[in-house]
Amino acid sequence: MSRWLRRAMFALVVAYLLAPLVVVAGVSVNPRQVLFFPPEGFSLRWYGTAFTDPGWYRPAINSLLVATFAALIAVSIALPLSYVLWRYRVGYARVVMAMGLAPFALPPVITALGALALWIVLQSYGRPHTVVLSHGAFLTTLPLATLTVGLQNLNPQLVEAARTMGATGGTVFRTIVFPYVRPYLLAGFVFAFVLSLNEYIIAYMTVGFTFETLPVKIFASLRYGYSPVMAAISALFFAVAVALFALVGRVGDLPRLLGADERA
Amino acid sequence: MSAPTARPAISASPDAGSGDGPWPHVLLAWPTVALTLLFLVPLGIIAALGFFRRIQAGFFEVAFVTDNYARALDAFHLERLAVSVVLALAATLVTLLLAVPFTYLLTRRPRARQVPYLVLVLASLSLSEVIVAFAWSLLLSRTSGISNLLVALGLMDRAASWSPGLAAVLLAYVFIALPLAVLSLYPTFSRLDQELPEAAGTMGATPLAGFVTVVLPLMRRAVAATGALVFIFVLGAYVIPQTLGRPAQWTMPVHITDQAIMKNHLPLAASLAIVLLVVSSLVAVVIVALGAGRWPRFALPGRAR
Repeated sequence: MSRWLRRAMFALVVAYLLAPLVVVAGVSVNPRQVLFFPPEGFSLRWYGTAFTDPGWYRPAINSLLVATFAALIAVSIALPLSYVLWRYRVGYARVVMAMGLAPFALPPVITALGALALWIVLQSYGRPHTVVLSHGAFLTTLPLATLTVGLQNLNPQLVEAARTMGATGGTVFRTIVFPYVRPYLLAGFVFAFVLSLNEYIIAYMTVGFTFETLPVKIFASLRYGYSPVMAAISALFFAVAVALFALVGRVGDLPRLLGADERA
Repeated sequence: MSAPTARPAISASPDAGSGDGPWPHVLLAWPTVALTLLFLVPLGIIAALGFFRRIQAGFFEVAFVTDNYARALDAFHLERLAVSVVLALAATLVTLLLAVPFTYLLTRRPRARQVPYLVLVLASLSLSEVIVAFAWSLLLSRTSGISNLLVALGLMDRAASWSPGLAAVLLAYVFIALPLAVLSLYPTFSRLDQELPEAAGTMGATPLAGFVTVVLPLMRRAVAATGALVFIFVLGAYVIPQTLGRPAQWTMPVHITDQAIMKNHLPLAASLAIVLLVVSSLVAVVIVALGAGRWPRFALPGRAR
């Protein structure tokens, strides 16, 4: 399509995605406790508050802990599952795979309600491990998708050659498969980590205010009084996400990680 | 990330078969246990809960009653269901109208040029719904919103507040759905043969005609699958309608969460969730079927016959 049309389309999408964040960043530097845009001056005091007020940094630490362990669980489910599906023919592996992909085919509120019901039945509602496990299972879809793409791109002749030369299954995995899928594994981990960090409804329904995560805290502030700290935290979140994905794009080939095929 | 409908992995193992021993089962043990417990069992509990009886002192007691479903299907909740579906369909349509041409044009660019856009899309996708709702409420507010910009440009007399309201809900829905749609379309569009639109051009089609008559028909399955994915995602969103909507835009997730958390009525929340699940699956199946059927043909100027 014509260059003009392409530029207009790109500009529209970029403006749509960035406009709310520009306002958030602008509001976050207001020197007074107001939500003006354009800001009435420039100050970073609300960023300071985000790091010094325990009401804000405790939920942030909670969120980081949850996201780290949830992403590890997601990867620990996705790696063996995608590997078995690629390497062996096991009937029920496809059923397990379907369960791993299904959460994204369900309205999120239903996943959250399921988590709430499960942890009430198991009598652990409100305990921190509940949100970690529920996030881990919910976000397995992401490393599962990246690893499936990675294994599809792996040249089977490489594996065959290694086996002809006497390598066992374990050796093939250690020396060929794992090094090859490592960037896909890392990307899947980062996706799951960032999405867990930002996830609201499951966290709200599993731990709520007893182990407050940052999105739950922001939502509470959204209902009971806005503050420029919310804008500062939101701007930081976006900056962290951009930095992490840009890093993934630096060390890995982002188009390929996202499913473009293997051409130069 | 590819859509859940992506084709399944093809076993690359030349000697896959029965002689694998216990290894595949050992490796599958943890994924099977974890996903059964954390995904399948919760769905089963919700399905059962819909028939349980709520008790005032605790959460619920085991029973078989149908009053929860009777309430979930009363006039009020059916109207909420209709509103939820219509809003989600509208958001899905707008999202596809933006995402399809954008993703197509993006995948025609050199790989290195795509990376900044992909980073922006990924970062937007990961943004918490809570932050999205907050950002749009600022953007549409009187004190910090775009209406100030329009006043400064002389296009409006006075700054106005457009949040909460229908426009705010739809704008934010499209904002959360757009990155998901782009990433879901991306693999298929990337693998599209570059020569196809070029061939259409050689035969006299304008770029737009080539896109509509050659590219879109090839992509219709991917577009429909993405539409279904986006529809379900938007239909299940809670924070956006709750924060940016008036009661007229409060969708099923708002009422499900309200019953589950505020009113402590889990059986009603569960029956509402099952109704929502059934309806969302039906609509998604219809969307995917539309993609498998014939794409409506357009007679465009410049198309070689």
